[in-house]
Amino acid sequence: MARRITTTRRITVTAGGWLAGFIIFFPILWMVLTSFKTELDAFSTPPQFLFFHWTTENYAIVQHRSDYIHHAMNSIILAVGSTVLGLAVGIPAAWAMAFAPTKRTRSTLLWMLSTKMMPPVGVLVPIYLIFRDTGLLDTHGGLIFVEFMANLPIIVWMLYTYFKEIPKDILEAARMDGATVGKELVYVLTPMAIPGIASTVLLNIILAWNEAFWTLNLTTVKAAPLTVFIASYSSPEGLFWAKLSAASTLAIAPIMVLGWFSQKQLVRGLTFGAVK
Amino acid sequence: MRIVIGALLGAASILAIGQAAAATKLTIATVNNGDMVRMQSLTDDFKAKNPDIDLEWVTLEENTLRQKVTTDIATKAGQFDVLTIGTYEVPIWAKKGWLVPLDNLGADYDVNDLLPAIRAGLSLDGKLYAAPFYGESSMVMYRTDLFDKAGLKMPEQPTWDFIADAAKKITDKDNGVYGICLRGKAGWGENMAFLTAMSNSFGARWFDEKWVPQFDQPEWKNTLNFYVNLMKEAGPPGAASNGFNENLALFNSGKCGMWIDATVAASFVTNPKDSKVADKVGFALAPNNGLGKNANWLWAWSLAVPAGSKKVDAAEKFIAWATGKGYLDLVAAKEGWANVPPGTRASLYANPEYQKAAPFAKMTLDSINSADPNHPTVKPVPYTGVQFVAIPEFQGLGTAVGQQFSAALAGSSTVDAALAAAQAIATREMTKAGYIK
Amino acid sequence: MATQQTTTLGRILSAPSIILLFLWMIVPLAMTIWFSLLRYNLLDPGQESFIGLLNYRYFLTDPAFFTALANTLILVGAVLVITVVGGVLLALLMDQPILGRGIVRLMVIAPFFVMPTVSALVWKNLLMHPVSGLFAWIATLIGVQPIDWFTNVPLFSIILIVAWQWLPFATLILLTALQSMDEEQKEAAEMDGTPALSFFIYMTLPHLARAITVVILIETIFLLSVFAEIFVTTGGGPGLQTTNIAFLVYAQALLQYDVGGASAGGIVAVILANIVAIFLVRLIGKNLDA
Repeated sequence: MARRITTTRRITVTAGGWLAGFIIFFPILWMVLTSFKTELDAFSTPPQFLFFHWTTENYAIVQHRSDYIHHAMNSIILAVGSTVLGLAVGIPAAWAMAFAPTKRTRSTLLWMLSTKMMPPVGVLVPIYLIFRDTGLLDTHGGLIFVEFMANLPIIVWMLYTYFKEIPKDILEAARMDGATVGKELVYVLTPMAIPGIASTVLLNIILAWNEAFWTLNLTTVKAAPLTVFIASYSSPEGLFWAKLSAASTLAIAPIMVLGWFSQKQLVRGLTFGAVK
Repeated sequence: MRIVIGALLGAASILAIGQAAAATKLTIATVNNGDMVRMQSLTDDFKAKNPDIDLEWVTLEENTLRQKVTTDIATKAGQFDVLTIGTYEVPIWAKKGWLVPLDNLGADYDVNDLLPAIRAGLSLDGKLYAAPFYGESSMVMYRTDLFDKAGLKMPEQPTWDFIADAAKKITDKDNGVYGICLRGKAGWGENMAFLTAMSNSFGARWFDEKWVPQFDQPEWKNTLNFYVNLMKEAGPPGAASNGFNENLALFNSGKCGMWIDATVAASFVTNPKDSKVADKVGFALAPNNGLGKNANWLWAWSLAVPAGSKKVDAAEKFIAWATGKGYLDLVAAKEGWANVPPGTRASLYANPEYQKAAPFAKMTLDSINSADPNHPTVKPVPYTGVQFVAIPEFQGLGTAVGQQFSAALAGSSTVDAALAAAQAIATREMTKAGYIK
Repeated sequence: MATQQTTTLGRILSAPSIILLFLWMIVPLAMTIWFSLLRYNLLDPGQESFIGLLNYRYFLTDPAFFTALANTLILVGAVLVITVVGGVLLALLMDQPILGRGIVRLMVIAPFFVMPTVSALVWKNLLMHPVSGLFAWIATLIGVQPIDWFTNVPLFSIILIVAWQWLPFATLILLTALQSMDEEQKEAAEMDGTPALSFFIYMTLPHLARAITVVILIETIFLLSVFAEIFVTTGGGPGLQTTNIAFLVYAQALLQYDVGGASAGGIVAVILANIVAIFLVRLIGKNLDA
């Protein structure tokens, strides 16, 4: 079943893959290294790669100064909450557009995307006033709703694309066997769509995780996620690169773990062809 | 059943009221600068003295904080009980009645101990609307070793010509030493803070008495020409995107011979933990051209209470604690005199222990005293503010003009073109805002 | 294939999304249009007055407007080209039997995890700084003059940072699309000795067409409002070289607190985004239905 893979080819692609990965990852690696330097070493010339005075004092300072767990929990609540809502509303819509398309499907899709065309800063005041009057400022509910709405078009679009990839004959075969739409959705479509759903989930969690405009402007304390945590280390008067690197490393750590698990889902998608 | 629930609800509400009476929670919005972070870590002292007040901190980077606080106060959303704002906001907001006058700071607050220039910048019609947490001006920081090597001696009050001459002599580009580092990144609080203060010493002004922009006048041309030429000959590469922090990093790693910037930088450049040149730094007043105005600015991060707050008493208690004399002693006892927030109180500068711990104390005080926010320029102007114009339109206008000036520095535009563009932008904005009829 | 029954079902299933998004769009949009016709400064509450289209006139006659428009389009276009081409190549590479593929894939998508402000600060100060940055050090090592990124090529520097951030997005979507390619086809082609290049052109690219379209459209929407990277690196300067439409709207909204002007700018941005989208859809939209 498996393709014959020659050793030379494996070596070449492995070398190429690692080289590309390393180049792309390098700025982050540099940031992580910087987080273990003193502020003075952070910008020393020539730059220091590994043989500098390793220190964890930046992490100690961050730990002492801010409540990382509180912000990380809020980030998780926002990202998961908005993604779950997005999937709940987006999967049916994407299914409908992919498998029961009408004349208007394409324009509906484009219209959905157009709801994201307004630069957020242009509607800050209207949204802020609505939030003030409904008591939603600095609440999880309000922010989950904003992120949910901001990401819903992306969720529908991505799922729609992946659903479209699923060969129609499989669905028709299932229908011939008398499967209802519900069964079709649960037993046929969903398993086939796992890689697509996994990457949709991953991307939306990242988008919600890093969304820095609404989270900064609509929260103060209670619902403040990691973007606010980062903003308290960015650009003070004084040297901050090592501390900001430490804070930022802490902020991306949870999502790296998530990235690891979801890329495994992507690999599973690869072997799925065999089941078919 | 119903009775039980009623009783429970009643009990719960009593508990809630009991808690509310026990602790007023103050939400304090503040900037993430070192002195404020230190204040946050000393909260326990305040809690011990005021067990009935809880503090909740919102610490953010300056620009984000300014946006949030301004949106909050302008829409009366009331999310904050204590605001950290600068000398730019205070006069504008006080005039609009958005701030509570601070006339209840307690008997031992000693409001007359505040430095007069700072106090003037935070008052309107004789009433104090914000209490200064730390104050700053700007001054020259220079490398004593490089000056000795070049056989130069920095006067206490240098002129611009001396600065330019010294910068050229010190510059040694092959060894990565640049004579002078100055701000270049576009922004009303970045390059325009420096250039506006510098232009004051060249006799320039933003507007004449009728709010007509003055960028077409020779004083501005002299200022910008001098700045661009100086930076071209003796400045570091990338100057057009350097702000305070970039220059601090350059100076601390030994790349700059001189740096003219905020007086608070003095404690960073002399701190051996963060600076390679900690023991080789001297200080001098910001330069002038003999016209009676120095190129130094005035800024104070200050604490204020928004009008309409229901927690004014508790907020004033907190402000009195954070900006009072006792706080200075507290910081000195816990972290040493060098870490005391500078630039607010005369008594601090009279304290021999502080003078010993902070070699830059005298220069900071002299710099602050030589700034006059009510008469910032050589020629008369209709505005207050030294390195800014205290009108709501200035943030946007200053940033747009700053972009033009950074282009002149980057060499992608000429001084004349940048000034012409600045004049056009300013005229347009001032007309739109209704200043020019 | 769509029967009456499935059509009705489709309507019911997509209704929640459409209704919610409609509300989310129409309420702020209506308020924004209304505000755009007022003289309304947040710092002057109670002074609002109706001024018709004056805000639009000021926004459109802003001397920075056309430069900002051009910069916006250049930024979007350049980042799209880099991320789509780079994304296709990377996705193909990541689809290969690389040893330690999991780690390599994680490294490739990692830039997307970093907040835009942080990546901009890291790039500007730790990598691109002409005196203390890593690139400057590499340049002096090989004996060339370090590039003064934000002075000489400011817009290109921003493009580089933004493209780095969005490359993972393109890679991830394209990689997922590659997964659904028929393994048997690939094997058959290999057995037949079909040259890799022609397999790529005649099989892979058509298969990826829809995914590429989606990448282009979604990225365009996000790239049109790129702002944080510009703000922390250059502040829109030097001159107007890195000012885009989003930056102009920002200046109206959060520097001037001119709600009227910002609203007018927002509406203009929406119209421009629609024009770009219509253009893109004309160009590549047919890939969506296939």
